[in-house]
Amino acid sequence: MLSYELVVGASLAYLLLLYAIAYWADRRAAAGRSVIGNAWVYALSIAVYCTAWTYFGSVGTAATSGLWFLPIYLGPTLAMVLAWVVVRKMIRIARTYRITSISDFIASRYGKSPALAALVAAFTVVGIVPYIALQLKAIDAGFAVLTAPGIGLEAPAQPWWADGTFYTALALAGFTMIFGTRQLDATERHEGMVAAVAFESLVKLLAFMAAGVFVTWGLFGGPVDLFERAMAVPEIAALMTPGEDFAYGRWFALTLLAMLAFLLLPRQFQVMVVENVDERHLRRAAWVFPAYLLAINIFVLPIALAGLLLFGAGGTAFADDFVLSLPLSEGQRLLALLVFIGGLSAATGMIIVEAIAVATMVCNDLVMPRLLRSGRLATRADLSALLLWVRRAAILLLLLLGYLYFALAGEAYALVQIGLISFAAVAQFAPALLGGMYWKGGTRAGAMAGLIAGFGLWVYTLMLPSIAKSDWWTTGFVELGPWGIALLRPEQLLGLAGLDPLTHALFWSLLVNVGLYVGVSLARAPSAAETSQALLFVDVFERTAQHKPVFWRGRAQIDDLLALTERFLGRERARRVFTAYADRIGAAGIEAVVPDARLVQFVETQLAGAIGSASARVMVASVVEEESLGLDDVMRILDEASQLRAYSRELEQASAELRAANQRLESLDRLKDDFMSSVTHELRTPLTAIRALAELMLDEPQMAPAQRQQFLGIVVAETERLSRLVNQVLDLAKIESGHAQWHTDDVDMRALVQQAAQTVAELLQQRGASLHVELPAALPPIRVDPDRMTQVLLNLLTNAAKFVPAPGGRVELRLSHDAQGLTVEVHDNGPGVSADQRELIFERFHQGTEGGARPPGTGLGLPISRQIVEHFGGRLTLREGGPGACFVLTLPWTPPPGPGPTDAGPRPRTTAGDDR
Amino acid sequence: MNACKGRGRSRAGETSVFRGLVAQRLVALYAGGWVLLNFPLLALWNRELSVFGLPLFPLALFSGWALLIALLAWVVESDRSERGERDAGR
Repeated sequence: MLSYELVVGASLAYLLLLYAIAYWADRRAAAGRSVIGNAWVYALSIAVYCTAWTYFGSVGTAATSGLWFLPIYLGPTLAMVLAWVVVRKMIRIARTYRITSISDFIASRYGKSPALAALVAAFTVVGIVPYIALQLKAIDAGFAVLTAPGIGLEAPAQPWWADGTFYTALALAGFTMIFGTRQLDATERHEGMVAAVAFESLVKLLAFMAAGVFVTWGLFGGPVDLFERAMAVPEIAALMTPGEDFAYGRWFALTLLAMLAFLLLPRQFQVMVVENVDERHLRRAAWVFPAYLLAINIFVLPIALAGLLLFGAGGTAFADDFVLSLPLSEGQRLLALLVFIGGLSAATGMIIVEAIAVATMVCNDLVMPRLLRSGRLATRADLSALLLWVRRAAILLLLLLGYLYFALAGEAYALVQIGLISFAAVAQFAPALLGGMYWKGGTRAGAMAGLIAGFGLWVYTLMLPSIAKSDWWTTGFVELGPWGIALLRPEQLLGLAGLDPLTHALFWSLLVNVGLYVGVSLARAPSAAETSQALLFVDVFERTAQHKPVFWRGRAQIDDLLALTERFLGRERARRVFTAYADRIGAAGIEAVVPDARLVQFVETQLAGAIGSASARVMVASVVEEESLGLDDVMRILDEASQLRAYSRELEQASAELRAANQRLESLDRLKDDFMSSVTHELRTPLTAIRALAELMLDEPQMAPAQRQQFLGIVVAETERLSRLVNQVLDLAKIESGHAQWHTDDVDMRALVQQAAQTVAELLQQRGASLHVELPAALPPIRVDPDRMTQVLLNLLTNAAKFVPAPGGRVELRLSHDAQGLTVEVHDNGPGVSADQRELIFERFHQGTEGGARPPGTGLGLPISRQIVEHFGGRLTLREGGPGACFVLTLPWTPPPGPGPTDAGPRPRTTAGDDR
Repeated sequence: MNACKGRGRSRAGETSVFRGLVAQRLVALYAGGWVLLNFPLLALWNRELSVFGLPLFPLALFSGWALLIALLAWVVESDRSERGERDAGR
C-alpha cells in the first residue's frame, strides 16, 4: 500500500502542474503564440472523451462480460468518419452565429427560443451530474485501492474533512473557474484549459499503456502467452468467444448510442466545436482521435485477462481496479501511482471541460434569462462581471452537486451503468440538433415535443429503474409495473420483451423522440423566425458572410446598441468591437456607422457569444423598434440576398471584362505608336541617303560623270524603296482596317505556284541558287484572291533568295494537299531563324539580323503575307528546327465562318513582321 | 419559396458538404464501417479459433477497427490539393 499522504500529495502536485500548463498556454495565447493551434493538440483535446470510466471501467467490463467495452469506442470512430462532413458543419454554424453551447445551438436553430434553451440546459444538468459523480467516484476508488492494506481489502475510512475526493473536487472547481471564466470571451475559447486537457490525454494514454506493457511482458511472456493461458480457462475462453448468445442488437444499440453521445456530450461539443481553432484541423483529428482510442484500448483485454488469471474468480468483484491492483500486487508502487495519476487525468479532464460547458448553459439559458426578466438588473450598467460570477457559481455548484451525488449514491451503481445512462440522456438531443442541421422543416414545437417525450421516457425506462435497483426505492414498480399494470413496466414497456434495459430504453426514447419531432414539425408550417434560422443553419456553407441574408427590419439607434453591448461585454471591449465593425464597413468612426439591419445583426451575434442567442434576441429587441416579419418577408429577404449575390457576381464579371477591354485598347495604342515610329524611321533612312547624295552633287558641279551616274542610280533605287514602303504601309493599313479590295475567285493553286516560281527563277539564278518545285498531279480549285496569293508566294520566295548562301544556295517549293486544305512549303538552306526570333519576324519592321548587316527590304513583307493568309482562314508559320528556314502556308478548302472573303469589318490585328 | 430554394440549390446547393470526392468517400466508408462492425459480418468471427495464438473474435474486431482508421486516414490525408482551394473558396 501507499501512504495516504503520498497519494494525496501526488494528486495535488499533479493538479498544480495542470494549473502551470494552463497558465503557460494562456500566456502564450496572449502573446499571439498559441500552443493549441494544430491538429494534434486538437485531437488530443477531443480525447477528453476517455474518462475515468474508460480508464477503470473498460477493464471491469472486459473482465466480467468480454468485448462489451468496445462499442463505446467504435461509435465515436464511426462518428469521426463523418466528422469532416457533420462536425465541420457544426463548427461553421457555431462560429458564424457565435454559438457556445449545445442548448444555444438547438434553441438558436428553432427561432432562438428561450424556452427550448432552458429545457435543454435543464436536461443536461440532470443527465450530466451523475456523470461528474462517476468521475469523483473513480478518483475515490483509486485513492482507496492505493491506500488499502491489501488487494481487495477496505481502505481505512477517512473523516469527510480529510476526504481527498472532496478536495480534488474543490481544486477542480478552482481550476475551472480560473481558466474557464477568466474573461468573457465572445467566442468562449479557453486556450489554457485546452492545453491542460490535451496534456491530460497524453498522460492517461501513457500511464495506461505503461500498465499494459508491464502486465503483458512483465507478468507474462507477451500477448500470445497471456492469451493462451487465459484461453485454457473455460470461463475466460467463453468471454472471448461469446458464441450464439451474443446480443448483436445491444451491440448495435451501444455503438449508435456512443456515436450520438460523442457528438452531443457537452464536453465534446466544447472541445470539438467551441474550442476549435481551425476547421481544417478536423481532417487530421478525424483519424488521430480514433487511433488514440485504439491505442488506449489495446491493453484492456490483456489487463482484464491477467487480473482474472492472477486473482482467480473472486477478482471480478473488483475488476474495475485491475489496472491499479495488478502493479500493486507485484510491488510496483511507483507504476501504481503513475497509473492512478493517469486515472486522475481522465477524471479531471472530463470534469473540467464538462463543468465549463454545462456552466455556460446554466448561466446563459437558466440563470440570466430569469435575472434579466425579473428587472432587478435594469439599473446596472455593466453586467459583464456579473456574468462571470454567475458562471463561477454555476461551476462550483455543479461540482458540489456531483460530489453530493457521489457521496449519496456512489456505492450504488457500477461505473459503466452511470456512464451509459448519461449517454442515453444526451442522445435525446440528436433528433433536434442533427435533424435541424439538415432538415429545414423542423419546428420549435416539434423539437420541444420530441425532447420532452424522449427525456420523459429516459427518466421512466432508465433513470427510475436504476434508482429502484439501488435499493432506495421499491423495485415493485419495475417488476410488476406501476399500480400493478404490467403493460407499463418500465423495462418492458407495452410488453416489449427480449431487449436489455438500455437497448429497450434507447429504442423507446429515440423512437418517440424522432416520431414527435418529425410529426409535430409537419403538423404546421414553420413560422418566420423558425424559417429564417433554418435557412441560416442548413445552408451555412452556401453564403459568404457578406451575402448572408439579414432577417430583421426596423429602426435602431447606434447609441442604444452601443450601450447594450457595453452592458454585457464591458465598456472597453464593446468599443473595440464597434470600432472593428466600423473599420470593416469603411465608416469613419463608431458615430458614422449607419444603424441598419446588418449592424443590429452584428450586435446580436456579439451578445449571443456572451449570453446565448435566445437572451441576445430578447435584449436586442428591447432597445430597437422592430417590425415583425412574416414568412413572405423572410422569403423576400432571402430572395433579395440571392439576387444581390447574383448582381455582385455579374458586376464582378462586367468589371473584369471592362478591365480586359481597357488593357486591349492600351496595348493597341502602344502598337500604333510603335508602328508610327517605325514607319517614320524607315522613311527617314532612304530620305537621308537621297538628300545627302543630292547635296553632294549640288555642291560639286565638277563631279565626274561616272560618279554622278552612280549617285543618281542610288537615288533612284532609294526612291523606289521609298515608294514600295509607302505602298506596303498603305496596303497593310487597308487590310487591317478591312478596307482592302479582295477579288476572290476559284484559283488553281498549281498554276499560281508555277507562275511565282518562274518569276523568281531569274533572281535565284543571279545569286547562284537552284530552285526545286514539287507539285501534285491535280488539285481542286480553292477560293482565294489570286493576285494577293501571288504576292504572298513572291514574298516568301524573294525572302528565301535573300538568305541562301551566295554559291550553292538551294530553295525548295512544295505544294501538297489533304482533306482539310492545301499546304505550300518554302524551304531554303540559309542560316535559318533562331528560336527566339521565330515569332518576332512576323512583326512589322522586325528584320532578321543574322550576319550583322541589315538585309534589304522594308520589314513589312511577312506581316502583310500573314494578314493575307489569315484573311482566307489559313496560317503562315515558320516550321521549327533546321537546317535552313521553312515557311509553311496552309489554306483550308472552306474558310471558317467569321473572317472570310466577304468580311469587310475591322479584324483583330495579329502579330506582324517582315523579312527576317 | 420554391423559386428561391431552386436557385440556391442549383449552384450553391451543390457546394454543400456532400459534394466532392472526399465527402462521398467518407459517407461510403461510414456505411462500410457500420456493416463491418455489426451483425451479420461480425458473426463470421464469433467462433472458437486462434490465429497466431490469439482468439479470433477480439483479433478480428481490433483488426477491422484498425482497417477502418487506416482507410479514414488515407481518405482525409490523400487530397491536399482539394483541401486548399475548396476551403479557400468557402
